[in-house]
Amino acid sequence: MDIFGRLTIDSLPFYSAVAASGAAVTVLGGLAVVGAITYFGAWRMVMTQWVSSVDHKKIGIMYIMLALVMLVRGFVDAAMMRSQQAIAYNNEGYLPPDHFDQIFSSHGTIMIFFMAMPFLSGLANLIVPQQIGSRDVAFPFMNSISLWLTTAGAGLMLISLVVGKFSTAGWTAYPPYSGVQYTPGVGVDYWLWMVFISGFATTMTGINFLVTIFKCRAPGMTMFRLPLFTWTIFITSVLIIFAFPALTVACATLILDRNFGFHFFTNELGGNMMNYINLFWLWGHPEVYILILPAFGVFSEVVSTFSQKRLFGYVSLVCATIAIGLLSFTVWLHHFFTMGSSAKVNSFFGTMTAIISVPTGVKVFDWLLTMYRGRIIFKPPMLFTIGFLVTFVIGGLSGVLLALPPVDYMMHNTTFLVAHFHNMIIPGVLFGYLAGYMYWFPKAFGFKLNEKWGTRAFWCWIIGFYIAFMPLYVLGMLGFPRRMEHYEIAAWQPHLIVAWVGAVIILLGMICLAVQLIVSIRERNEALDLSGDPWNGRSLEWATSSPAAPYNFAVLPKVESRDAWWDMKRRGVAYERPLEYEDIVMPKNTYAGLVIGVAGGIFGFAAIWWMWWLALLALAVIAGTIIYRASDDDDEFVMTASEVKEIEDARFEQLAKAPKNEMADEPGYAGDAAAEPAT
Amino acid sequence: MTTVADMTISHRDAERYEEKDFGFWLYLMSDAVIFALLFATYLIMVGNAAGGPTPKDVFELDRVVAETALLLLSSTTFGIAAVALSAGERGKVLLWLAVTFLLGAGFIYLEIGEFAGMIAEGAGPQRSGFLSAFFTLVGTHGLHVSVGLCWILVMMGQVYFKGITAPVASRLMRLGLFWHFLDIIWVVIFSVVYLPGLL
Ligand code: HEM
Ligand SMILES: [Cu+2]
Repeated sequence: MDIFGRLTIDSLPFYSAVAASGAAVTVLGGLAVVGAITYFGAWRMVMTQWVSSVDHKKIGIMYIMLALVMLVRGFVDAAMMRSQQAIAYNNEGYLPPDHFDQIFSSHGTIMIFFMAMPFLSGLANLIVPQQIGSRDVAFPFMNSISLWLTTAGAGLMLISLVVGKFSTAGWTAYPPYSGVQYTPGVGVDYWLWMVFISGFATTMTGINFLVTIFKCRAPGMTMFRLPLFTWTIFITSVLIIFAFPALTVACATLILDRNFGFHFFTNELGGNMMNYINLFWLWGHPEVYILILPAFGVFSEVVSTFSQKRLFGYVSLVCATIAIGLLSFTVWLHHFFTMGSSAKVNSFFGTMTAIISVPTGVKVFDWLLTMYRGRIIFKPPMLFTIGFLVTFVIGGLSGVLLALPPVDYMMHNTTFLVAHFHNMIIPGVLFGYLAGYMYWFPKAFGFKLNEKWGTRAFWCWIIGFYIAFMPLYVLGMLGFPRRMEHYEIAAWQPHLIVAWVGAVIILLGMICLAVQLIVSIRERNEALDLSGDPWNGRSLEWATSSPAAPYNFAVLPKVESRDAWWDMKRRGVAYERPLEYEDIVMPKNTYAGLVIGVAGGIFGFAAIWWMWWLALLALAVIAGTIIYRASDDDDEFVMTASEVKEIEDARFEQLAKAPKNEMADEPGYAGDAAAEPAT
Repeated sequence: MTTVADMTISHRDAERYEEKDFGFWLYLMSDAVIFALLFATYLIMVGNAAGGPTPKDVFELDRVVAETALLLLSSTTFGIAAVALSAGERGKVLLWLAVTFLLGAGFIYLEIGEFAGMIAEGAGPQRSGFLSAFFTLVGTHGLHVSVGLCWILVMMGQVYFKGITAPVASRLMRLGLFWHFLDIIWVVIFSVVYLPGLL
């Protein structure tokens, strides 16, 4: 047996100029990162303070960095597709079919698994422990494993651009097309292993956050006092724990089919390909709620902060979140109405799908009523929220249309569907996460993001979105199938050109985001967040310093009501200086998570290329590391009271310099908590 | 000898163990969903023998009964180890963990023999949808048992070298959950896969 399995020199992308330049950009990007760290002499800092860190805030920041990088990559794919389709009327365009197929597959895969999921884990990590008044997540080390396994999956995604070809089977990898008979080669295996590995990581994240939210709340922080963002992460964690097994099973069985000649989904010898599609969407539909519920959480926080009002209908929002979570397991069949189930089955799932829009509608009204009679301050996170509200309702309506099986028979597999789900996922998920990014950035880094560029980014994104995706509704009704590489119908082209213009405007939005980050870092001294509470916030994450101390809270807060921090400010007990501090036990940093992540990535790569000896070696390293860790009862250290005091003294010194309320100069400012009458 | 009961565990450590136990329960639930889906897949595929061997042709009652006996017995012996654990009797804990290990290893030995025999007869997982589903479901359980065996060895090492400390006892608790969970899964495999196949 060959030690390199099926990896040969022909696996390098010298067969096509476009593929080779994609590979070159990836490699150069990697080298640039390594070069930059070396240039700034930052290796020591990166290794000891970041990659080995088990601090949830740093892990959160690393997740979000990963998400932003992958957003760029996913967007480049989207732009390439838009360009291809804009010109490919009656000609081949610039992308051969095989390459075009790889691009829509990688775009969907990246956006869902390596942009949205890490963004979600990142925001949860950064904020949830602080919102519930905890010093950490329940399992800091497992958190680090999750991060590095997710990164390993994303790494495989990037490597697939350089070594071998990626899947052409779409982000769903339906058999029999994704079976070996029709798609030999490593592409689908890349997809399978990266999804499998990162799915594993996500399951651990779900367990971690469910336990954290259930067990690590501050005294007095009852479930019905939890901020809405934490509630949504809680329900999302439940969904992760119960839905991801379906993805694991779907991937594992397709891996067995492709690599070991099993017959789960093959055409012959008793395979049943519809079973894959059932398994996939049994995960896939809950997954869309896994992605969007946390964004709903962000919107809930943002809308109440920037309307300067208590959230309207807190209980109904919580109940709607729970209802959506439950219902999300009862609608998966709407992804394949055309499979040929009986009319009764289809109408059941159609009805359930329509019903799930009810709790979502409840939420929309709650947000609107929060704004009603509020005094709205139009900061970028709030702009994204308003943009979401308007746009999301349109996407929801097209979703209710598609929930009708007869309509779906007409529309499925056209760009009407593509328009629909982008209409949900860009305003719903992406705007939500971007709003969260801009809202909580000061908490992570101690300075605010530039608002001018944030506002510009918002306008480019929303205008670009409409121009890029509304034509796809029309195209879908004109019968334009999704995943089309070129076409012969002249009437389609104008719409595709308009959609291309939309993508260019979104590109401007991406550039604005980048400029915003650069300008903000350059001018950080003008936008310092000294108080830790830059938006006159309501929940406990604003009680900590920005960035928060390693232990978040020197003294655990005592919670007496919803909007705990607002309540503390109102009662005048915020920023109270404790008489004395106590020792705090903290988890030690460790490289074990990184080792497991790297070994996991190597395992995936080896399995894709059939280097079984290497795969076994990597597994042995993982097992060894876990056993080593599990036998180490000395994984914590004590931060002494005097060290804590030192940090806290510096914090109070800084507070003394901070403006009393950073929002007080805003037009429309409605007064601080102390001015509010007691309820 | 100290018993677990009079070991002094700080309030914080007690909370930590509780968190870990709860987290482990959640993992088990997630794993249970994996098995549920593999069972569903098996039930969908059991009729898809594609002209090859059917359940009647490949299952051997004697072997399955022996496998079942070994695994159920190993759960009992683990229970005895757990009792010894709460009495703080290190030697007994080691002894009963070793017995549990042997019983589990016996189960795996029989299962490997079963699989190898089937493959030799041309009834391997590549033969048909039914056999793919069978090998995957039962094999996944076997893989879990094998991981459990490694875990038992690691824990025997910890009990031997560290004694029955609070963290070790807490890990043994979770190992117990895992082991009994696999027992329950096996009972379901027995009733859903083997019994209908043999009847
Ligand atoms: C940034 C703006 C975006 C643009 C311009 C864009 C564009 C596209 C295009 C052109 C396609 C192929 C449609 C076809 O099959 O004909 C596509 C597919 C897809 N997009 Fe996007 N997209 C964007 C953002 C996103 C985001 C944020 C997500 C998810 C979080 C996403 C998820 C998907 C998925 C899952 C597919 C299906 C891939 C497949 O067919 O297998 N997209 N997108
Ligand atoms: Cu769905």
